[in-house]
Amino acid sequence: MKKGELIVSKIMNGTVIDHIPAGRATVVLGILGIDHTIKNRISMVINAESKSMGKKDIVKIENRELKSEEADTIALVAPEATINIIRNYEVAKKMKIKVPESIARIIKCPNPLCITNNDVEAASRFAVISKNPIILKCEYCGTEIDDRDALNALACG
Amino acid sequence: MHDLISIKDLNRELIEELFLLADKYNKNRHAGGFEDKVVAGAFFEPSTRTALSFETAAKMLGAEYIGFRSWEGTSLAKGENLADTIRMLDNYADCIVMRHPNDGAARFAAEIAEKPVVNAGDGKNEHPTQSVQDLYTIRNSFGKIDGLTYGFVGDLHYARAVNSLLLALNMFKPKKVYFISPESLTVRGEVLRTLNYKYEALADPNKVIDEIDVMYITRIQKERFTDPYEYKKVEASYRVDLALAEKMKSSAIIMHPLPRINETDRGIDRTKHAKYFAQASFGVPVRMAVLSKILGGKR
Repeated sequence: MKKGELIVSKIMNGTVIDHIPAGRATVVLGILGIDHTIKNRISMVINAESKSMGKKDIVKIENRELKSEEADTIALVAPEATINIIRNYEVAKKMKIKVPESIARIIKCPNPLCITNNDVEAASRFAVISKNPIILKCEYCGTEIDDRDALNALACG
Repeated sequence: MHDLISIKDLNRELIEELFLLADKYNKNRHAGGFEDKVVAGAFFEPSTRTALSFETAAKMLGAEYIGFRSWEGTSLAKGENLADTIRMLDNYADCIVMRHPNDGAARFAAEIAEKPVVNAGDGKNEHPTQSVQDLYTIRNSFGKIDGLTYGFVGDLHYARAVNSLLLALNMFKPKKVYFISPESLTVRGEVLRTLNYKYEALADPNKVIDEIDVMYITRIQKERFTDPYEYKKVEASYRVDLALAEKMKSSAIIMHPLPRINETDRGIDRTKHAKYFAQASFGVPVRMAVLSKILGGKR
């Protein structure tokens, strides 16, 4: 591969999520609820070279602009990710994600006796009680988890 | 106050207001005043004292009391989920008192119901009205809650009454709190991290017994263990006997949310330290206070 050559071609319109920790691109897509059933074309690079991270993952979603609240949901697994909104091949907007105050539905409470694991209508909800390091507290049963636990407990994973 | 799900829904001022109401109802148990109200008791898990004291409290306030005491006999046995059962009770009653084996079930029920929900115990999580009853017992014994040394003995990991009372003490100024238990049954980290007073965990009560004003004993919560082998390992791992009780300060009291199994020597019943039956008797006036506050109105 020649120096400067793009592994995945530029997209005309859509969203590029860069600086995802290596190996977590599929988790990011899972959190965003993006899979083969949507119409948009998705490109994904795993283990791309990165000066700052050594290795990183990149995701490109064509013809869909992520909203900032959607972007924030990936903060747990990719806190350093940068999100660029692309319009007509140009970066129209740069978004920096921030850890949200609470996280609903995407993480399964690891406590098997928590009501969120025992009623069809109950959905998980965690309060973010610390952002660095990340500590989440189940708003129903009080169970606390860190980012590693959260990654293991991703409801979609 | 709309719902009472966690002891953290109360503050010191509200707790002291409940004490005064409980004093009033203790003197006049057949107080009435809520004849137009219906209280529903939804007990999805066994209960003797809590269920009966809520029912008695509702009736003494003049309210109608409806409800059930087990899964059997309800549509839950046919597979109905908790949310639908709560919606039904929400239509029938002015207040829902609920006990449930799942942690967080009361908060979920409160999100479903428009009427107030009172948590009568949810899994290993919380039991806020027990804490008001416990604090009322301490206040009636010492005239205060601040400045005392507390010793919690037993299963501090799964006992919801302990969990709520430890959180309640954040609103007061205990001198020191000792956690006396086998290591595997000590206070859960997420509770420990929220405590704002001085505490120390230890295994042998003899070292601190002469400092303690309030000893709070719990049984091992067998029903909360997901692994029976883990329960077997700690079964009968502690017991408060008469010899230990005799080393206490003469003014010290021993409390227990009951039921008790083998963790206390029944000889203690005859000592002046034993306060657990008085503690249980306060269930009715305290729950009258809670229900009257929740059902509302200046009656």
